[in-house]
Parts: sequence; C-alpha cells; structure tokens
Amino acid sequence: MPGSDAFDLRQFLRGDGRNAGVWIALAALILFGLARYENFGSAYNIVSFLNYNSMFIIISIGMCFVIMTGGIDLSVGSVAAFASVVAAYLSPYGIEVALPGGVLAGAAFGAINAFCIIAMRIPPFIATLATMLAAKGGALVISGAQTISVDWGSNFTKLGMEKAFNILPWTIVIVAIVAIVLWVVLEQTSLGRTVLAIGGSEDASNLMGLKVNRAKVFVYLLSGGCAGLAGVFLASGFGAGQPLEGIGWELSAIASVVVGGTLLTGGLGSVTATVAGALLLGLVFNILNFENGRGTISLSAYWQMVIRGGFLFVVILLQTRMNASRQKAG
Amino acid sequence: MSDGSLSNGKAVSRAPAPLSLGTLRNHGGLIALVLILAFNALFTPNFLQVQTLFVNISQVATIAIVAIGMTLVIATAGIDLSVGAVMALAGALAPLIFLSDFGQAYPALGIAAAFVLPLLAASLCGLFNGIMISYLNVQPIIATLILFISGRGIAQVLTNGNLQTFSNPYFSYLGTGKILGLPFQGWLALVLALAVYWLVSRTIFGRYLLAVGGNERAARLAGAPVRMVKIGAYVLCAFLSGIAGLIVVAINSASDAARNGNLMELDAIAAAVVGGALLQGGRAPIFGAILGAVIIQLVKYTLLANGVEDEVALIAKAAIIVLAVYIQQARKE
Amino acid sequence: MHSLLSMKGIDKAFSSVPALRQAHLEVAPGEVHALIGQNGAGKSTMIKILTGVYRRDGGDVRFDDKPADISNPGQAQKSGIATIYQELNLVPLRSVTENVVMGYEPRRLGMLIDWRTAHRRTREILARFGIDIDVRAPLGSYSTAIRQLVAIARAVSLDAKLVIMDEPTSSLDDREVEVLFGVVRELKNSGVSVLYVSHFLDELFQICDRVTTMRDGQTVAVRSIAETSKLELIADMLGRNVEDIEAAGMTDLGGGEKQLGDVLLEADGIATGRRLFEFDLSVRRGEIVGLGGLLGSGRTEAGRALFGVDALTAGEIRLKGKRWAPTGPAGAIGDRIGMLTEDRKAEGIVPDMSVRENMTLALLPRLSRNGQIQTGRERQIVEEYIKALGIKTSNMDQPIRELSGGNQQKVLLARWLATEPELLILDEPTRGVDVGAKLEIQAIIRQYVDRGFGVVLISSEFEELVEGADRIVVLQDGHSVATLENPGITEDALVKAIAHHHTGEHA
Repeated sequence: MPGSDAFDLRQFLRGDGRNAGVWIALAALILFGLARYENFGSAYNIVSFLNYNSMFIIISIGMCFVIMTGGIDLSVGSVAAFASVVAAYLSPYGIEVALPGGVLAGAAFGAINAFCIIAMRIPPFIATLATMLAAKGGALVISGAQTISVDWGSNFTKLGMEKAFNILPWTIVIVAIVAIVLWVVLEQTSLGRTVLAIGGSEDASNLMGLKVNRAKVFVYLLSGGCAGLAGVFLASGFGAGQPLEGIGWELSAIASVVVGGTLLTGGLGSVTATVAGALLLGLVFNILNFENGRGTISLSAYWQMVIRGGFLFVVILLQTRMNASRQKAG
Repeated sequence: MSDGSLSNGKAVSRAPAPLSLGTLRNHGGLIALVLILAFNALFTPNFLQVQTLFVNISQVATIAIVAIGMTLVIATAGIDLSVGAVMALAGALAPLIFLSDFGQAYPALGIAAAFVLPLLAASLCGLFNGIMISYLNVQPIIATLILFISGRGIAQVLTNGNLQTFSNPYFSYLGTGKILGLPFQGWLALVLALAVYWLVSRTIFGRYLLAVGGNERAARLAGAPVRMVKIGAYVLCAFLSGIAGLIVVAINSASDAARNGNLMELDAIAAAVVGGALLQGGRAPIFGAILGAVIIQLVKYTLLANGVEDEVALIAKAAIIVLAVYIQQARKE
Repeated sequence: MHSLLSMKGIDKAFSSVPALRQAHLEVAPGEVHALIGQNGAGKSTMIKILTGVYRRDGGDVRFDDKPADISNPGQAQKSGIATIYQELNLVPLRSVTENVVMGYEPRRLGMLIDWRTAHRRTREILARFGIDIDVRAPLGSYSTAIRQLVAIARAVSLDAKLVIMDEPTSSLDDREVEVLFGVVRELKNSGVSVLYVSHFLDELFQICDRVTTMRDGQTVAVRSIAETSKLELIADMLGRNVEDIEAAGMTDLGGGEKQLGDVLLEADGIATGRRLFEFDLSVRRGEIVGLGGLLGSGRTEAGRALFGVDALTAGEIRLKGKRWAPTGPAGAIGDRIGMLTEDRKAEGIVPDMSVRENMTLALLPRLSRNGQIQTGRERQIVEEYIKALGIKTSNMDQPIRELSGGNQQKVLLARWLATEPELLILDEPTRGVDVGAKLEIQAIIRQYVDRGFGVVLISSEFEELVEGADRIVVLQDGHSVATLENPGITEDALVKAIAHHHTGEHA
C-alpha cells in the first residue's frame, strides 16, 4: 500500500477505491445468513460457495484491471466458454496441460482485443463486443455446439473437486494466489501504477513517458487470461466444456468491480475491494438459494439475470450519488 | 499560419485517390454490396430468384428497423446494447396479451393492445436508458448493459422461459403479410426509414440531435435541450426495437424470449457503422443504416446458402464489425 | 554564446499549410528565456517539435552539445527536457508522490516500488521550493499552483536541464506567482535553463534574461530583456512600428456619441460558487459594459451566471426591471439573452455541421413550426448574415470546420445576432482571429449596441476594453471591485484597478 510504514488494514481492504462500504455490506449479509439459515455457516456451504464463485472472482479481477485503464472487456463470458471447451479437450493430458492451455486460449482472445484496441484504435467496447461474438462462434465451432465431457480418468477434475493439502479446493487456492500476486502488481509495481495513471489521464501518461501501450496490452491479456482460467474452472467443476455458458458474466464482473469502488472511468481501483464485490454479488445469490430452499420465495433461474441487472443498477446509483456528493464537497 | 487564408479551394481540390482508404470510407458500403451481389450471382445456387428476394427482405427488415434506431443513438455519441433484449421483451408481451382472457374475449381490442402495450413497454426501456445516461451521467455502454441482461431476463420470467406458439392471422400479418407482392415488413421498414429521415433532416429534434452528437457543450450553450434530445434518441431506438421484436414473433407465429433479438445489438451496430455512422457522434445516415443492414443480411445469407455453419458466420460478423469501425475511425485522423 | 539548446531553420507544415518557416531558438545554460508571440505564431508548434510531439520537416536541433532527434515525449524527458503544461501532464486522481516519481520509481527487491523512499524524495524536492504538503494525498485535492509546482518537482527529480513552462501563471494569484518565480530563480541558480512561454509581458521583465519573439511561423526578434521595452515586444509580435502603435488606437470598438437608454439588466451580489462570489453589474440599452480582470478573476463565470449556465447560489438578477431567475441557456435565449463563448472549438462550433446549421442553432425554436424547420426562411436569414458580416465561405452548406478562425467566429456572432438578443454577452470575441477580422467584428458589435441593445464584453486585451467599452467593471477573485467610466479610462488606469482594486473605488 502506498506510503504506509506499517500495515494499514483499511488501506489494504479498500485500496484507493472509493468504497469501503462493500466490506460492511458483505459482513452484514454474512451475519444475516448466519442468523437465518442453519447450514449457512457450514463448511460445506462455505467451500461450495467459494468454489462456485472462484470463476466470477477471477474474471472480476481481470475486468478490474481493464476498467482501471478506462477500458472495458465485454468478451470475458464467451472467452471463458471457449476456454472451457479447450480445457475439456486437453483434459486427457492432465491438469498440467489443460490449465495452461485454457489460460492461453483466453489470453489469445485478449491479444486480439489488445491488437484491435491499440493498433487499430477501435473503441474497447466495440472490439471486445466483436471478440465476444468471435469467441462464442469459435467455442461452438470447435465443440460442434455440444458440451464436451472432460476425461474423468485424468487428474483434471481434481482441480475443482479435490482439496489442496486437504484444506481447501484447488480452485480457491489458485484464486487466492492470483489475487495476491495481482494485488502486489497493482500496488507495488511500476506496471500497476501505470495502469492507474492511464485511467486517470492517458494523455498525461503519454507525456510523462510511461509505457502506456505495454500496460494496455497487459490488461487485455490479463483479462483474457483470467477469463481463460475461469473457463478451466468451469470445465473442471462441472466436468464438461460448455460452449454456451458465460452469458451475462461480463455484467457480473463489471458489477463486482464497480461495487468494489473502482471508478468506471478508470484511474482508481482496488483488487481487494473487487474480490469483496464479487463475493457480495455471489452471496446475494447464495442467500436467494437458501430462501428458495425454505420455500419463502420461489424464483426461477430466469430471475438470476434480472437480479444481476438490478444489482448493477443499484450499484451505479450509489456510485453516482457518491460522485455527486464528492464533487459538492470538493 | 495566417487566418483567413484556409480557403475553400482547398476542400474542393482534395481529390480522392482511386481505391484509397477515403474511397473505401465514402463508398465502401456500395462497393461491398456490389461485390456480395456479384459473388452470389456467380456462385450461390438459385440466388437470382424472387424467392431469395422475399426471404432476404423479410429478414433484413428487422435488422434495418433496429439499425435506424441505433443510428439515432450513435448520432448522440451513445450506444444501445439493450436493443435485442427490448425486442425479446416486446415480443414476449404481445402473445401474452392477445392470448390472455381479455384478449380472447375482445379480439379486436386484444390485438390493438398487443401492438400498443409492448411498444409502450419498449419505449419505457428507452426512457430508462435515456434517464440513466442523461440525468445520472452513466456511460451508455454500462447503462444499456443493465437492460441488455435483465430485459431478456424479464421476458423469460414473464413467459417462464416457455416458447409461446399461437395462430392469429391479424397479428401474423406483421410478419407474413404482403403488399404489391412484397413482404409487409419490408414496406414498414421503408416507411419508418422515410419518417426518421424526415425527422433527422427537417425537424428541430433532428438538428439538435446532430448538434448534440457533434459538440454537446456547444449545443447546450446554443439552447439545445441536450437531455431531452438524448432521451428522445434512446426512446425512439427502443420503440423501433419493439417493432422489430413484434415482427420476429409474427414471422415465427411464436415467441421465444431466449432467442428473439439475440445478438441483434451487434447486427444493428454493424449496420449503422457500415452505413456511415460515426461512433463519435454527429452523423445520422438513415439510408446508410438500411444499406448496412442489407449488407449484413446478405453476408449472413451468403454464408448460409454456401453451407457455412452459423457459428463461423458469427466470427465473420465480428470481423466485419471490426473492419467497418476501423475504416470509419481512420476518418477522424 | 554557448548554447544548451539550439534549434535552427525549423520548418513544419500541417497538410501543406506552413506552421513554421525557418524558425530558430537558442537557450543558454542557466538562462530563463522567454518565447512570445500571438496565437498561431508558432510557439506551441516549436515546443512540440522540441518535445517530440511533432516531427519537424526540416532544420537542426542540438541539445546539450548533441544532435537531438527526439521522436516522443518520453525521449525528451530522458534527454533532460521537461515540459510543464497547464493541466495536461499530471494525473489528478493519483497521489503527489506518484505524479513525481511515476515511471522512475525507486525500487526494492528489483521490481517492487520502494514507497518509503519515493515519499521521502518527493517531500525533499518540494521542501526545496518551500512547500510542505501531504504527498500521499491525491494531486487533485490541491490547487493549480501546487499542481504546477509538483510538475516542476517531477522535472527536477528527473534531472532536467531545460524546463519548459507554458503559460504557468495564467491561473495563479499574486502570491502563488511569487512562489513560482522563486522556484524559477531556484532552478536558474542550480544551472537549469527555463523556456518561459507567457502572454503576460510584465512577468518577463521580472524573471527572464532574453526573449525570442515569433510571428507567422518565423522568429522575428531575439532581444535581451534588459535592453528592450514592452512596447518594442508588442511591436515585434504585431509586426508594426513602435511609433504606429503609440499613435493609433488598436481597436475599432470606439463609437460616436453614446445615447444610453433604460436599464436592461441588473445583477445584485450574484454568486455561483464557481469562482464567482459577489458580483454587481448593470447594463443599459446602447451600452457596452466591459468586464476586466485577470484570468481566473471570475470574468467568464460572471458571463456564465448571467446566461444561466451556472445556477446562482446568492444574489438576484433583474431583467428590464423584473426579477429574473435563470434556468439555463435555453431559457436565457427565450428571454432574449445571448452569449458568445470564449472557447470557440469546445463550446462554439459544431465542426461537422454546415455554416448554415451552425448559424441557426440558437434560432431553431423560432425557425420551426410544429417542430419542423422552415428551411426557406432559414436559408434567407443565413444568406443575409453571410452578406452583412462578410463571411467568407464557398456556400452556406460548407462544413464550418473548413473556414478560417475569423470566419468561424463571425458565423458564431451571427448565430447570436440572428436571435436578436437584447443583451449579448461576448467572451473574448476576437481571440485567435486575425487583425482584419478583429476590426470587422468590433465594428459589428458597435453597430449592434447602437440599435439600442446592450453588450457585456469580456476581454483579456486591455486595449479592446479601454477603447471599446463605455464602462468597465473590474473583477478580482470573483468579486466586482471597481467600475471605470469612459471617456477617460486609460490602459494604465485599468491595469492599476486590476492590480490594486482599492485605487479604483473612487471611480
């Protein structure tokens, strides 16, 4: 964390995002869940919750970097679907091949995004919208529009189903490692600071002689790679590569990033708060599932999409209000 | 640099080199159209038949209608990702209304309501987008992303995710009727294009629209009601998307909330951009959007008719969008 | 003389329009060197070539005894040239430290940033300038003056040998200017050269050693500041003889006999919170009221308040004797007020629209019936104004961006005249237009008030105010502090009133 001589928990949790409230909301929801549902605090629920949401957390972190530069990546959902198919095909060779393969497949789409945005100067949302389409088409082509079952004989499925050192599932451990590494990159390296500077003012970053293009290539590669990793998790967790998955994932990721206090226009952001945002969004669905289970409400799967949109709407309203009050204060 | 000497002669004398990027930009659409038509005439079996024309007209109408709306939004330097979802919503509502008890009891009223209410709902979606963008200053991509996802979700919640089939000749006329032997929706698209063209070129709204897209601050300081103009553009876009949604339902005699208008936002953006709309705003080439829609449709048809899979067609479409924006983009530099 | 920087025979053209022709510039080590010239003279093109933003078409650049072939700003920085732009080259959302060390962060363990050292180093440099602030706070939370000093601190920390300052004082108050000058002298003492670009000639005499004057893309004079006068510099910039300037007035606003009518508009202690705190004004029919003051004194904000762009937080406006609550530009136009804005490109023209569409933009509500524009009437009105104002355009459907600055400005003036406002607010109406167009525009303004309308004239050119306005209201720090009446205002009196407002109270 910039500047503090001792470890500053507040700074760590919030980064320089504008919203420490996400942690409070998260804590409140957890307390609510613990009080209301018997099995909420069970090891099973916690582990399966984290396991399922690891995909969204990893995508949100990648998205966070893109948004901090003032860009956007709408392709993450289809890229994850594409990567899940690739990973499923590679699964007979084991996790050692399938995992890097999936991540590389995702990063390849990230490279296409970076090329379109930086070399061809196409606005990020158009470029990534096009890759969304291309990745979707690509996933359907290589899978023949079928879900591709993974090889259950190899060690591939252990990723989602077995625990590292008998404590936590591998996916959660990997997400934690990725999050910590990226936190260090953002807070402690020149590259991370350049990412934030670009979002603050790209012109100024250029005039300061920062390596703007390198940082932009990095964020789109990262976002693609994160989406690829999420695809690997998807394939291992559900035992199949799923070319039709990923619809609306970009929305979840954007919502998580924004609720974590990252400015949509870039320049300010936090990895830790983004993780909290992703957990918060996941928890909303977790609690809705519990309510469904208790029979107090009965929501079809279609409500998920409505709720995701509604969640983003509320978050944006909050951020708008926050910005307005900040401007008044300034 | 002496002021006053940047004479008019300069603009005139800038003759475009043959087949330069400039030529592509100004006539790229037409060139592409001719190339595709020539290709099809030569290689696609049964292309030069009336039936082919019918199929393409009935398919292109929906793209064209949405592309007209998208062109208006892009003219304000905005974007609307929610058009497909709005189509699904309007399309899901219509059969719900005329298949309801009320609709069965009063068929005429039911049909009327099945047109009016879905379009009203669509317009409300546009109003939501417009208010988010102009009053809350949310970026258009993000603001319309909300309905992009939840709009379709609402449509699916309403229909419980079921395919609603129906047989209602009055409603189906929208998708299957013919005037002078040509599909009704083709005529409808043409009439809407003329109306919007008139709106853009002859009315105060149209002039303000282009001014807001061309220089928002200047427009506001010259008295343009910037917020209202933007809201108007999004409402019109959503309204037109609603019409397109109804047409799709009428063509299929069935409403499928999961598929109606799926990926339409991409077709519409591509058509608008191929037709000459600038993402930076300030231009609203309505007939360009129609031309763009025709090209997009013909590309789809060409790939399909020559046995290329749907999935590969998606990739081709992605390439077209990137290429079209790239060519348009170069214009500003 | 041994030079740190030597640019010789520099040529540069933009799409075959020459911007620089054989221009030259020399800066000695440890020298504070001024670069002056009117808008469009080529100063900024020269600087952008030096800093690698543009590539020169011809000529030689030597820096620090080496041929300098700088092709991007990063390279300029590495070779020891730092540019302090107004706002452009800092990131307000990031901390002070980051803005100083970004791209050159002290490291530990090879790749991690050593924040402790970074903060310390930043504090030390700022301390040299006599500034003690929290370097971890976002830069945006500090004033423009501090931001500029931070930019200079960045340059110093990069061991710059030449610091380029582009209009550094235009938004600083007197005290801040003093601090800045202190920093400039500190740089000079430590052997750093400064290239100082400014419109404020008085400043040059306080801190500069030599001055290079540019006009129409050429270097027209290099003078030692100790051996020149303000008048001589102005003569260089304008390309006229000193005697001519002394003899003749330079503006064409001055009219015949004044016949003042009723009071048109009165503002009473209005404030908008945007650098406008207490402002009084009254405008009568047939009167041009000038608003004088330095940049940032609240001149433009006063105009915006009268036009309803910024909402009032205090005070009251009366229009023709009745209380008037501004609701925004559209409402003001409806009540027959117009405002020609200062920044033609950002707030005036819609570049891709035609001359016709630009001209009638504010008139549209009155040009349309049931929402439909009456094109016949539109063309007729546009035709009239093109003729009356002598606008040079091939036809009324030519895109306005293809016109020269002066003609664009005339189109915008016509935009407002066509709405026949009773009160017209003009913010820098002649900025960036050539001398001929300037005189024409000023004549049009005078004709207009003679028809019994009122004009509020905002200008940073003292001559324009002194000779053009019937009355000048002087602003300082968002307050109206003095009123000067014509005839009898001299430039000296205005300068004095602006500099020390108490001397103007008796007027």
